Amino acid sequence: MQNVAMPTTRLFSPDSPQAGAINHLFLIVGVIMILILALVTFLVFYAAFRYRRRPGEGEPPQLFGKKNVEIGWTVAPILLVIFIFVITLRTMHRADPAPAADDPPFLVVTAHQWWWEAQYAEPHVITANEIHIPTGKPLLVELKSADVIHDWWVPQLGRKMDAIPGHPNDFWIQADTPGTYLGRCAEYCGAEHAWMRIRVIAQPQAQFAQWEQHQLEVPAKPRAEEAAQGEKLFQKQLTCASCHRVAGTPAKADIGPDLTHVASRETLAAGRLKNTSANLRKWLANPQAIKPGANMPNFQLTENQVDDLAAYLETLK
Amino acid sequence: MSDAPYIPVTPSLTLPRDRVTGALAWISTVDHKKIGIMYLVTSLVFFCLGGIEALLMRIQLAQPNSTFLSPTAFNQVFTMHGTTMIFLFAMPVLVGTANYLAPLMIGASDVAFPRVNALSLWLLVFGGLLLYFSFIAGGAPAAGWFSYAPLSEKAYSLSKGVDYYCVGLIILGIASIFAAINLLVTIIHLRVPGLTIRRVPLFVWMVLVTQILILLAFPALNASLVMLFIDRTLHAHFFIPVSGGSAILWQHFFWAFGHPEVYILILPAFGVISEVIPVFSGKVIYGYEFVAASTVAIGVLSFLVWAHHMFAVGLGHGVDTMFAAGSLLIAVPTGVKIFNWIATMWQGTIRFTTSMLFAVGFLVMFTIGGLSGVSFAAFPIDWQVTDTYYLVAHIHYVLFGGTVFAMFAGVYYWFPKWSGHMLSERLGKWHFWLILVGFNMTFMVQHFLGLMGMTRRVFTYPNLPDWGLLNMISTTGAFLMGIAVAIFIWNVWTSVSGGEPAGDNPWNAWTLEWATTSPPPEHNFDRVPPVRSRRPIWDLEHPENPDWKHGH
Repeated sequence: MQNVAMPTTRLFSPDSPQAGAINHLFLIVGVIMILILALVTFLVFYAAFRYRRRPGEGEPPQLFGKKNVEIGWTVAPILLVIFIFVITLRTMHRADPAPAADDPPFLVVTAHQWWWEAQYAEPHVITANEIHIPTGKPLLVELKSADVIHDWWVPQLGRKMDAIPGHPNDFWIQADTPGTYLGRCAEYCGAEHAWMRIRVIAQPQAQFAQWEQHQLEVPAKPRAEEAAQGEKLFQKQLTCASCHRVAGTPAKADIGPDLTHVASRETLAAGRLKNTSANLRKWLANPQAIKPGANMPNFQLTENQVDDLAAYLETLK
Repeated sequence: MSDAPYIPVTPSLTLPRDRVTGALAWISTVDHKKIGIMYLVTSLVFFCLGGIEALLMRIQLAQPNSTFLSPTAFNQVFTMHGTTMIFLFAMPVLVGTANYLAPLMIGASDVAFPRVNALSLWLLVFGGLLLYFSFIAGGAPAAGWFSYAPLSEKAYSLSKGVDYYCVGLIILGIASIFAAINLLVTIIHLRVPGLTIRRVPLFVWMVLVTQILILLAFPALNASLVMLFIDRTLHAHFFIPVSGGSAILWQHFFWAFGHPEVYILILPAFGVISEVIPVFSGKVIYGYEFVAASTVAIGVLSFLVWAHHMFAVGLGHGVDTMFAAGSLLIAVPTGVKIFNWIATMWQGTIRFTTSMLFAVGFLVMFTIGGLSGVSFAAFPIDWQVTDTYYLVAHIHYVLFGGTVFAMFAGVYYWFPKWSGHMLSERLGKWHFWLILVGFNMTFMVQHFLGLMGMTRRVFTYPNLPDWGLLNMISTTGAFLMGIAVAIFIWNVWTSVSGGEPAGDNPWNAWTLEWATTSPPPEHNFDRVPPVRSRRPIWDLEHPENPDWKHGH
């Protein structure tokens, strides 16, 4: 099966001040951890070699303990954890500043089994799984869940945050460099948790505005015969419209991803497949073979139906 | 020579003498030693099942986009691996060891309530079988070992798996509470005269604190399981947000149990290490009071740290800060213990038996797990690395590098007492070195996978640079561990009747369990040596320099 070619993701290449602050904290704590580990390992090995029993050796002196020494190795770690606590609090404010009460979210993300819905505040763009943002500024995201608990995680752009039904959360997202950032659902959420992936596409403001404008356009009614046939299938003959939304048509549901501009996306099925014509057909023919357990059933479509539907969906640029 | 007399034993309990033999003698027994051994055998069986589940996962994850297991099968397997290892391996191996040893270490002839003891064991076996019955009753639970709602609710987990999880774990919880009451009463009431609470072996101290934790923590688990079960079967709404319940409530309830549980699983291991290291270093434990007091500190703090499992939930900075403070603080008494153990080795004459190798391995492996734990307590780091393979690595360094290494140290140390025969040291060393290498291969690389963005509980992953290689290393290591465990089982199997005879006290140890035959008679002791310090056998053997002259 053709896979999605993916850029690398690493925690250690943060692209926002928020992720950078966490990275910085991790480096400090990491160095402390490694030094302590080196000390303990050295002491253990030294004791093991230096004090191993030699033939004919008698019993060693029995030392019951020295209060002062023990108080010493109690107080030293206390001082160390106080230091870590202080830098933790400092990082907390940098990585996750509390939003003002009247800050409207830039974007509302709703997690579903197993895809992401994104609704922009102004203008009201709706999209799924591939989230475009303008570079260079912190954006407030409100995170919700439509079913079980999920977790938003795009390591290079900031903290992870749980999406919990009945408990909306806020967090900041920011990307300083244009590019595609990979993320994924980090809280186990059922059968297809592994394929609930996120792409954040960061663009300079002008390009982002262009994308936004394009998203607001309502797709034209298809004219080619195959695509028109596909539209009829989608809107009337099959049940596609009871789960999906295509702006400007009667299809308005949000049980499955919005498809208004599905053809302009890089991937299908929340990052499972690269968005190609062949993959789209494979997906329509039997989603359960590609993402077993996903909520889209196998409709047992005929080959012709698959071709017509694919032709229609490909007009949704 | 001390002029204190031997203490004659008059069993305070009239035990039904075994009139039957064979399997029925085991099934009907109320002898804490036989029950202890059955606990250990049960835990070994489940350890193997959990291990097989781990290997199935590692086969699936060895390569990207693998289709060896279906997502549903994988999710059942990882859920059962976690649930098995926590509730059906780690708990019974610790309870079983305590069951066998605590009465002997305090010079008692049995536990306080021998029949309840048998009930605890058989409830455990029944609960475990019930949980595993789910595989043939429509599918094992697949909501993870902590079964977060609402995923574990009927709407999202349709099969009966989670119902079996609820009922099975409720039964295991009841068994644990019975066992805890039993051990508590035993340790408090049945100590031989002279053995004050400040003189009991540290293993007994740790067991005592652990039982208090069990008594306080398990009711939280059982109550929440009952609520989940009512939700699922009677359509209540405790944890269902759409109808007015709360998904977060489940997490609070579960971790109010779940974090003390981590210490329930590690404190008895600390106890084992506190017995093994002094004996093989030829020295008394360094700072008995500090080791015991730090255990109590851990016990208290363990109830104040549960929400550090929930830093990503969005509970707000105030809550995060408070639980971070508790979690950082708990590192202190843990660190104190590590230094006390090293100080015990210092200036000793160390015998590197297999048992001691595992104890030394424990010191370093557990330190790695403890230190990565500190990085989670600095919670902005948790916001990045929680629910990744970095976390998977952390829990395995704590529970495998910690608890399991310590239990292997304990088995090599006490097997002669349990069976009357020595385990093979040659096979033991193969076992140790293979598992040390295999363990680090499996889990060290998982730190890096987590930092590269691999989340836990995924049945597969895309072909990203280096992910396939690191996962393959991890899988190879897991199979090395499998071979090591097979060697261990072979060692036990062949030594149980064929090993060198052990004698009463093969290691020159100092606590009371070594003052009787191996294995001990049903009533444990014909007579107990006088107890005037923490090391009664040392005092007998060193009349010129007994501990009690130093005020210990």
